[in-house]
Amino acid sequence: MGERLALSVNGRLRELVAPVSTTLLEVLREDLGLTGTKHGCELGECGACTVLIDGAPALACLVLPVEVQGKEITTVEGLADGALHPLQRAFMDHGALQCGYCTSGFLLAAKALLDRTPSPTREEITEALSGNLCRCTGYLRIVEAVEAAARVPHA
Amino acid sequence: MPEFALIGRARPRVDAAGKVTGTTRYADDLALPGQLWCTLVRSPLPHARIVRIDPAPALALEGVAAVLTGGDLQTTYGILPVSQDEQALCADTVRYVGDPVAAVAAVDEATAARAAALIVVEYEPLSAVLSIEDALRSAAEPIHGGGNVQKAVALEFGDVAQGLREAAYQRDDLFFYDGSTHLAMEEHAVLASFAPDGILTLWSSTQTPHYLHRVLSKVLGMPMSRIRVIATPVGGGFGGKSDVLNHELVAAALARATGHPVKCVLTREEVFYAHRGRHPAVIWIRTGWGRDGRVTALHLRTWLDGGAYGSYGVATTYYTGALAPLTYRIPHYRFEGLRVFTNKPACGPKRGHGTPQPRFALECHLDKVAEDLGFDPVELRRRNLVAPFSPTVNWLRVTSCGLAECIDRVVAASGFAQKHRRLPPGRGVGFAVSGYLSGAGLPIYWNDLPHSEVHLTVDRGGRVCIFSGAIDIGQGSDSILIAVVAEVLGLQPEDIQLVTADTALTPVDLGSYSSRVTFMAGNAAVQAAQRMRALIARAVAPRLGVPPEEVRFADGHVAAAGDGARRLRWQEACTVAEAVHGTLSASGAYTPPKLAGPYRGSGVGPSAAYSFSACVAEVAVDEETGEVQVEKVWLAHDIGRALNPLLVAGQVEGSVYMAVGEALFERQGYRRGAHAGPSMLEYKSPTMYEMPAVETILVESIDPEGPFGAKECGQGPLLPVVPAIANAIYDAVGVRVDEVPATPDKLLRALTRAKGGPARIGPTAAPPAAFGPVTKVRRPEDEDAAAAGI
Repeated sequence: MGERLALSVNGRLRELVAPVSTTLLEVLREDLGLTGTKHGCELGECGACTVLIDGAPALACLVLPVEVQGKEITTVEGLADGALHPLQRAFMDHGALQCGYCTSGFLLAAKALLDRTPSPTREEITEALSGNLCRCTGYLRIVEAVEAAARVPHA
Repeated sequence: MPEFALIGRARPRVDAAGKVTGTTRYADDLALPGQLWCTLVRSPLPHARIVRIDPAPALALEGVAAVLTGGDLQTTYGILPVSQDEQALCADTVRYVGDPVAAVAAVDEATAARAAALIVVEYEPLSAVLSIEDALRSAAEPIHGGGNVQKAVALEFGDVAQGLREAAYQRDDLFFYDGSTHLAMEEHAVLASFAPDGILTLWSSTQTPHYLHRVLSKVLGMPMSRIRVIATPVGGGFGGKSDVLNHELVAAALARATGHPVKCVLTREEVFYAHRGRHPAVIWIRTGWGRDGRVTALHLRTWLDGGAYGSYGVATTYYTGALAPLTYRIPHYRFEGLRVFTNKPACGPKRGHGTPQPRFALECHLDKVAEDLGFDPVELRRRNLVAPFSPTVNWLRVTSCGLAECIDRVVAASGFAQKHRRLPPGRGVGFAVSGYLSGAGLPIYWNDLPHSEVHLTVDRGGRVCIFSGAIDIGQGSDSILIAVVAEVLGLQPEDIQLVTADTALTPVDLGSYSSRVTFMAGNAAVQAAQRMRALIARAVAPRLGVPPEEVRFADGHVAAAGDGARRLRWQEACTVAEAVHGTLSASGAYTPPKLAGPYRGSGVGPSAAYSFSACVAEVAVDEETGEVQVEKVWLAHDIGRALNPLLVAGQVEGSVYMAVGEALFERQGYRRGAHAGPSMLEYKSPTMYEMPAVETILVESIDPEGPFGAKECGQGPLLPVVPAIANAIYDAVGVRVDEVPATPDKLLRALTRAKGGPARIGPTAAPPAAFGPVTKVRRPEDEDAAAAGI
C-alpha cells in the first residue's frame, strides 16, 4: 500500500511508491539509496538531514514527500557538479569535519546561505547554521570554511 | 630542508572526500537483501522483577519473524573481566528505565514497533535506588545482590597525616560534577548476517571491534573464528561506542534465529538510555601547604554514581585517583574512591574517562588556595609542577613534559596577568592545567600480546596497503596511519590505501579509546614501514651499488645516499624486491612498556607517555540572568609532536567545545529514574552561538617513545577547560563554581546570595566515607631512599 510519488532529486525525476506517512528522509535513504543525507534524531532537532527544497534548507525528517512533488530537491549527492562544490573543498581544506555525520547537513545549509547571501558576515553564518549540531569540531572551522568558500569566485 | 616530507604539515583528512560527498558508508547506510528490522522492548520501570513475558501476540502479527526474551540469551557479559554483570536481554530483573527485556525481528521498522508493543511484560516493582546517598544506605534494595558499592578503593602513598602536620595552612573543598552524555550525531547501528557456512558477519558503529568480537563469542556461544566483526566509520564516539551494547548481541542472535540479516538502529531516545557517559561525581579535596607555596599533602575522595551496570566503571573509579597527581610534585597522597550501583542507565567512559571530575575539583581548589595564600594562581602551579622524566607519587612514569612551556605560552598569549582580578565586573579570566595518558598501559583483559598490530603489503603497481584494526571515529586515525607509513617510505598519502577494523582481514588494535591510536597503532605502523623499507633496501642495494644502510627513500624514489642520480622509481624498486623476497609484506606491533607500580590497582594510570595542557578562559557573566558566555579560550597543549597540525587543532577545538557543554549546559538528569530530557532539544548542548573563540598553542616536547615523538590530543585538552571556566566565573562575579554545569538558575541563586558576602554553587555535605581500610603503598622516593641505604 502506498502513494505514487514523482520527486525531482538532484535534477533527476524519480518515481516510486511509498506509504504516505513515510518521510522524505526515509524515501531518500531507503527508496532512492541516497544515504548521504543523515539520520540523527528524526525529530527535527539536529540538522543532520538538511536538504534543499527549491533552494531553501529543510529538515528531511519532517517533510512528507507528497508536499514536495514538483519541487527541486537537492541532497549532498547533488552538490558536486563534475568538480567538488567550493564548500566541499573548503570543508576538506579547513578541517571543518571530523566524524562527518553532520557534514552533509551543514554543507546544504551553507549552500542555501551562500546562494542568497554570497558574502555573509560571521553573524549571518552563525544564524544560518546554528540549527545544525556538530559534536566533533566546535564549529569554528565550519564557519571558516564557509567564509573561505564565499571568497571563491563563481564560474 | 625540512626534517620530514609529511610529518608536521597541515593536510586534509584522507577520508574527507568521502565525507563531503556523502559517499562514506556508516553502519546505518548499509542494507542487505532480505534484511529484517530489530526493535527492543525496554523496561518502563527503574527496578523490577520480571514476572511474566508473553510474546505470543507479537508472534501472531504478520511480518514478525522472531521474538527473543532473556531466557534465550542467558550468558552474562561485561567489558571488564571483573564486572560480567549484563545480559543481552534481562532474564529476571530490570535495573533501569530502558533495560531491554525482549526483541522483535520483523519485515520492517513499523511492523517491528507494532509487534514490540504487543509483547506482554508483567513486572513486580522493586524499590529504586536513584542517588549515591540512597545506594549507600544499608537498607537499600541490592541491585546486583550484595551491597550497592560496586568498587571501593583506598590507597595511601606516603603519609598524608604527616604531610598535613608539616603544613602551615590547609584547606578542604567539596565539589559535584554532574553526569553528561556523548551525544554523538550518529545513533548506534548494527547489521548482522549469517552466511550459509555459519559464519557471522556483524557491522557495527563501534569504537572497539576487538572487544565486541570477544563478547559476541561468549554470549552467542560461538568460537571467535566463526565471527567476523567490521567496524564501520563511526559517526562520533567520544567513548559512547566503546562498550558492547545489547542491540549488537541481540541483532546477531536474531539473525541466527531467523536465518535473515538483521539490522538495528537505536532511536535518539534509546541512545540517551544506552548512555555509558560521564559519571556524576562528588569530589572532596584536602591539601596542606608550606609558607613557600609548596604542597605538603593531597587527600582526594571521589564518589561515583555508576548507574545500573559495571561497564568500564572499575577503571573509571581508579582513574579518578590515578591522574590527579600527574601534574604536580605531591609528597604524600591519599586517594579514596567508590562507585555505587543505582537504577539509572550505566555510566562509562566519556572523553577524559574519570579524570575531568577530579581535575575540575583540584584546579578550582588550587584557585582558592592561591587566593588564601596570596599567590598568583599561575605562580602557585609553577612552584609545584611535575618535572620531566620523573615518577609521580603514585608511580606514574612521566617522560617528556612541556607543561611549564604550556603555562608560559598560554599566560602570555591570553594576557592573564593583566586581566586577572582587573577586568570590569561581570568579566573574568580563569586558569587551570592538566595531564592525560597516551593510551592505557595495560589491556582490559590481562595478556602479553601487542596492543596494536599492523600489516603492510605492496601490489605490483607499487601501491601500499595498510591493514590495521584501528577504527576512525572522526579523530583522524586513518590519516595518521597513512601519513606515518608514507613518511617512512618516502611516498605520498595518495600512494597508500587502508583496510581497517575488520577482524577477518586486519590484525588486532584494541580500539579507539584512551587516546591510544596515534601512539600505539602509529608506532606499530612505523615499525611495519621500517621493516618494509629494510626489505626493499636489501634487495635494491646491489643495483644502486651501495650497502643497504645507504639506501634512501624519498619523493617516490629509492636512491643511493649522496647520489640522487643513482635511483629507482618506487614501483621499480618494489619489483626488484619482490623478485628477491617473494611477496612483499611486513608487519609491526606495539606493546607498551610494563609500568605498573607495586600495588593492586596500579594497572590504571600507567601510560608510555602523558600529554599536558594549560588553559585560560575568559568569560562574561550576565548578572541579571545568570547566563555565562565563554568569550575566548587559550589552550596550550604538549602534543609531543604534531603529526598533522590541522587535525590536532581540530581535536583541541572539539575538546574545548565539549568542555564548554559540560561546564555550562549539559546534564544527563533523571526524574524518578526516567531521563529528564532524552532529546537533542531538551538536552542542551552548545550551538555555534555558545562556542567561544579558541587560540590553540601547540608545544612540541618530542616524546622519546611516541611515533615521530607524538603524544595524544583527543582527550587531554578537555580537562583544564572546565575548571578554567569555573575560575573565570569567580573572577567575574565572585561566585565559586564548585558544581558543574553552572546553569543560569544556579548562578542566579548564588548571585542573589552573594549580595551579603561570598557565595558558591556546590554541594554542602559529602556522602558517607564508605571506602574501607586504606592500603599503604611505598613511594618511588621511599624506594630510592631504601636503595641508597637511608
